[in-house]
Amino acid sequence: MIVYENVSKKYNDVTVVDNLNLTINDGEFVVLIGPSGCGKTTTLKMINRLNKINEGNIYIDNQNILDVDAVELRRKIGYVIQQIGLFPNMTIEENISVVPRLLKWSKEKCKQRVHELLEMVNMPYEENAKKYPNELSGGQQQRIGVLRALAAEPPIILMDEPFGALDPITRDALQDEVKALHKKLHKTFIFVTHDMDEAVKLADRIVFMSKGKVLQAATPEEMLNKPEDPIIRNFMGKLSYSRYCNDLTCADVMKKRILTVLETKKTLESVELMKHKEIDSIIVVDHEDKFKGIVTIQNIREHGKAGETISRITESNVDTVSVSTNAKDAFDKLIETNVDYLVVLNPDKTAAGIITRTSMTKALASVVWGDAE
Amino acid sequence: MTPFKFLEIYGEKLLIAILVHLEYVFVSVGIGFIIALILGILLSRTPKISKIIIPVIGVFQTIPGLVFIGVLFMYLGMKPITVIIALSIYALFPILKNTYTGILSVDESVKEAARGCGMTNMQILFKVELPLAMSAIFSGLRMSTIYTVSWAVLAAMIGLGGLGEFIYRGIDTNNNVLIVGGALPAAVIAIILGLLIDCIQKKITPRGLKGGK
Amino acid sequence: MEMRFVWQHIYLVSVSCVFTTIFGLLLGIFAYISKPARSVILWLVDILQTIPVLALLGLIMIAFGATSTTVIIGIVLYSLLPIVRNTYIGLENIDPGIKEAAQGMGMTKLQRLFKVELPLSFPIVFTGIRIAIVTSIGTAVFGAVVGGGGLGSTINRAILIQDMPTLMQATLTLMAMAVFFDIVMGYIEKRLKTR
Repeated sequence: MIVYENVSKKYNDVTVVDNLNLTINDGEFVVLIGPSGCGKTTTLKMINRLNKINEGNIYIDNQNILDVDAVELRRKIGYVIQQIGLFPNMTIEENISVVPRLLKWSKEKCKQRVHELLEMVNMPYEENAKKYPNELSGGQQQRIGVLRALAAEPPIILMDEPFGALDPITRDALQDEVKALHKKLHKTFIFVTHDMDEAVKLADRIVFMSKGKVLQAATPEEMLNKPEDPIIRNFMGKLSYSRYCNDLTCADVMKKRILTVLETKKTLESVELMKHKEIDSIIVVDHEDKFKGIVTIQNIREHGKAGETISRITESNVDTVSVSTNAKDAFDKLIETNVDYLVVLNPDKTAAGIITRTSMTKALASVVWGDAE
Repeated sequence: MTPFKFLEIYGEKLLIAILVHLEYVFVSVGIGFIIALILGILLSRTPKISKIIIPVIGVFQTIPGLVFIGVLFMYLGMKPITVIIALSIYALFPILKNTYTGILSVDESVKEAARGCGMTNMQILFKVELPLAMSAIFSGLRMSTIYTVSWAVLAAMIGLGGLGEFIYRGIDTNNNVLIVGGALPAAVIAIILGLLIDCIQKKITPRGLKGGK
Repeated sequence: MEMRFVWQHIYLVSVSCVFTTIFGLLLGIFAYISKPARSVILWLVDILQTIPVLALLGLIMIAFGATSTTVIIGIVLYSLLPIVRNTYIGLENIDPGIKEAAQGMGMTKLQRLFKVELPLSFPIVFTGIRIAIVTSIGTAVFGAVVGGGGLGSTINRAILIQDMPTLMQATLTLMAMAVFFDIVMGYIEKRLKTR
């Protein structure tokens, strides 16, 4: 467990980190995010004492880090930086095993560990171990950067915008790998980024900082749903759609132009109508326009008799939602029940519209990317 | 005079001159290298002082080697130590300057990574900074060696042997054979030593540092 | 110390630098244009600088005697390297996009060289000239040994007769000269590069 207790940091009178209190649990993936200059990197680098603490204390497992020798401390904390910083004079194997060698592991143990780690990111030992960093692509170099941090099995890994300089595709792949590593290794990851997509993708908990203070620390879902500060909402930009989604009701996402038939309609007429409109089911209403159920072509074929009205074979036990139902609930229902559509009813039980997968997607798209229609 | 005749007459003298010359070069470059390396490392730790010292060294470098030998000759007299001291001081400058700039030009991110890995300052110096500054240090060493071969010719000026003796005597007596006899070996020594250092440098530079960064 | 030697020194340095610049530029351009010549030229100028000055001067003296011509040739050969190398590197490192654009506009090889490539690489070439001048001030000191005069004569004589004040005077003059040229040319260089 890492505990920040009233931690402050100043650079020539400019307060970068301001009386910070934060607890990070073991095995947690915490992402520090915020606009540039918010103090997130400084907050990170205080853990391995690359940045000095001016005031307050940081404890790792109840031990004040100031009581530990900085060098000893750093060997127990993995560290990955944006500029990668592999040692160009060392082979990949030597780079990965830097910390184990500093810790005087035996040669065989180092080699075995390098083997194991390279295996983990699908870079075969035989092919890669003897290469030098300049012989690898940027993405591969940063993979090695991550492995170097993991090598001595530190319980804590610090990552300072590690994927900021990579192209989007490589970045995405590395994010997946890091997430998988976290799941597998159960280590504490503290990750700095200014990219909300990345934070949402990786974090168990996002800590949003601004001007050296924590504005909000919450799970990605919570932060997306209820950003506690306009700065956060602003920062999330397009990602904040789910906030509006919560306000969406079925009325917003349903298809309003629907086809209804009276329950007194004859079966053959209904089949003709459906064929003509190229649909395979139709909404049945009574004389007061109230919803009675639906009838499908299949129903008519199997049970219907020529000349009979459709009222007998109308399926009345179908899933309906109300116009005021939250769109997300309707969405869940649509997915769960695996039906083609949901009928949306007005309070007076008349049919207001239907929600299909297409109409739902369209409605979401218009919220996310602006009104398309 | 044929080369054989020349060797017959001067062979033994020439051999001694070459050996003396090499001795001056190796001893002075060796001393200069050690001092320069230590000073260069120290200067790289104290950027504030270095900002003043490095330009001063640059100015000192413009003093001709002739003057160094001359001045020391006046104070220390006609002894080999005079030549050694003068040449060592002269050999020191290029190595010192290159060690300093070599260490300073090590990428900040690499140093941060090293610190983040938990290296002590000493470990950072020996495992990261010096290996990365090695090619700069070597080109300094090459420069020093070649200069020293050149300046060692001056030793003859104060009568202390080396290949300069042939050149000086040749110039004074207008004896072209003597000039060539001294100049050619001196040129060959310089070229060979230069190539030798290039060779060593290529050998010890890891593949990761070749062909730019 | 006689002023005559100072002027002589400046004369030796400036005459040689004119020649070094001309030959250096030509060789650098040639190395840039002709691939086969490149490695030979770059290797040769590198070797030239490896040869001890006194040895080089002695060899030249055999052909030209104890004259200032010998000294000037010696200085030229000795200070070619920085100009040749910088000219070549400067031309080689020009943005390929610019070269292509010039080609696309229908310039001939020579037009490209003189109107685009040389002007663009000039700041780097200038750095080479600066280094060459500062080294030649030191190299010219050896001129005295082969009868070329200059401050080397003053220094030589001062050492022989153990005249410390004159030795210091001559040395300081030399240092001042080198530092002065270095600073002035460094300043011009900075102006050229920020342009």
